[in-house]
Amino acid sequence: MGELRLMKGNEALAEAAIRAGMDAYFGYPITPQSEVLEYLTREAWLRTKASILQAESEVASINMLYGAGGAGGRVMTSSSSPGISLMQEGISYIAGAEIPCLIVNVNRGGPGLGTIQPSQGDYFQSVKGGGHGDYRLIVLAPATVQEMADFVLEGFELAEKYRNPVLILTDGALGQMMEKVELRDQVDRAARKIPGWATTGKTPDRAANVLTSLFIQPEEMEQVNLRLQEKYKVIEQNEIRYQTIQVEDADMVLVAYGLSARISRKAMEICRAHGMKVGVIRPISLWPYPSQVITDAAQHAKAFLAVELNAGQMVEDVRLAVNGRCPVEHYGRMGGIIPSPEEIVTVIEKLYSQVS
Amino acid sequence: MDNPKIDIDLDHEELDVVCERPDTLKDARMHYCPGCGHGVAHRIIMEAVAELGIQDKTIGVAPVGCSVFAYHYMNIDMQEAAHGRATAVATGIKHILPDHYVFTYQGDGDLAAIGTAETIHTVNRGENLLIVFINNAIYGMTGGQMAPTTLFGQKTSTSPYGRQREFNGNPLKITELLAQLPGAFYVTRQAVNNPNAVRKAKKAIINGFKYQELKRGTSFVEIVSNCPTNWGLPPVKANEWLVENMLPYYPLGDIKVPSKEDLQP
Repeated sequence: MGELRLMKGNEALAEAAIRAGMDAYFGYPITPQSEVLEYLTREAWLRTKASILQAESEVASINMLYGAGGAGGRVMTSSSSPGISLMQEGISYIAGAEIPCLIVNVNRGGPGLGTIQPSQGDYFQSVKGGGHGDYRLIVLAPATVQEMADFVLEGFELAEKYRNPVLILTDGALGQMMEKVELRDQVDRAARKIPGWATTGKTPDRAANVLTSLFIQPEEMEQVNLRLQEKYKVIEQNEIRYQTIQVEDADMVLVAYGLSARISRKAMEICRAHGMKVGVIRPISLWPYPSQVITDAAQHAKAFLAVELNAGQMVEDVRLAVNGRCPVEHYGRMGGIIPSPEEIVTVIEKLYSQVS
Repeated sequence: MDNPKIDIDLDHEELDVVCERPDTLKDARMHYCPGCGHGVAHRIIMEAVAELGIQDKTIGVAPVGCSVFAYHYMNIDMQEAAHGRATAVATGIKHILPDHYVFTYQGDGDLAAIGTAETIHTVNRGENLLIVFINNAIYGMTGGQMAPTTLFGQKTSTSPYGRQREFNGNPLKITELLAQLPGAFYVTRQAVNNPNAVRKAKKAIINGFKYQELKRGTSFVEIVSNCPTNWGLPPVKANEWLVENMLPYYPLGDIKVPSKEDLQP
């Protein structure tokens, strides 16, 4: 059993990054995730000699990440919604140059400067692109402080396995809440093998390594895109993560991720206590998306309800997976408002009465 | 008239090789326009790497602009950066490989317009990098638009009546600006318009690499260059225009040099 601590989500994530053998972090303060940078500047250099740099902007941060990841480092940045928007240029380049790195978005309300309260309004931006071009991020959505920590090492390893950026999409509530967390043992930074494609200096035994996303000949650019799409197919085959709770006999299935999934689970328990057959599907990887488990549940379910802290974003993916087999509704609050389980139950009851 | 016939013995044993392509330059035909300074600038940087024997510890960052394909010519590990972000990318590399030699190669649009913030903060932090700044007072790759460094009165496709203060603001002396920053260790302005200038520019590049060993700040080498195509001048005339117009506003020479104490290991 690892070390147990009571920690904030942001701090658990930062502690996990140190223990994962992170080599460098580049970031810029923004609420509600500034504790990540603060924690790392306090702890990381002293303990592992990891390089922590407060950049002049999110634009600089993501490009530092590009350089450091390209040089073979295990590297991370974190930000919140407006900051992630600034990073989109760099994220597209990183995906194009296939540089592994971990990006954390502690989602706050938008659009624009918005609010510092939690939101899931960045779903589209996270899983449908955000930057320019055809690319995908592997997107992991924690629902507990424990997962805020666990998904860090998992994210680094996925990024390095596929040479693809990984995004942890969480929110201001999970970043700020305190829970018990079991921490893994320290990974030895020096023990990690530096990949052969990294720019570490050309030696006589190999050609120069070049990291670029520029392929000016259209035929070559198409081939690069086709290869990327093949990689994304492999990721879709191997890396789908989800949780199902009492879906087998459910007449009605809630689909929710992250903070919304916690609330939905409680709403489900209240409904079950009142005899309503409600289940929950919780996508953990938002891309690749667990479409098949939703399609399978649609064989017997009479209705789906996507619960999100937004105006209805993931619900589009639920509808694609259900493909017209039964109604798919959405319930969401915005602006940093977190719905209560009872509020969700009211919505479920209304929908349930219509389909049963 | 027939061309004069010259009997050349290519295998003549008494010929001495006095200059050849260093291994740090790939055997590739460059895409630059005739008379452009990029080819010379590439060559002196790679000669410096070869002469210092640091090919296996050098990482370059290529810009966006005419020299976006620098990695097609430089036989070293390189990363291509987004427009203006080269010094941030180089910072990231240096934080992973602090004992390696890292340099950026950037034009005026890249470094002095879209990347001004990254440039200033990289130098102000005193990152142990070499920044090579090619200033030809115009945007080359996109077809001759006004640059921050475009001179007063200079015609470009976006200053068709010549740059005017009231419409276009002032030509930016970014190098003098950067020299004021405490993180700047060595700041110099050189050129590649004649052999003597090329020799001095190469010496500055060598200094910029060697100073990284001291870990005391950023080296910044501006190279005043030309753009015959977008200036609308043949190569020789372009170099004459450079001397007559650019050098009075961008005078050559060292702007900030380390003291003897600074150079102590």
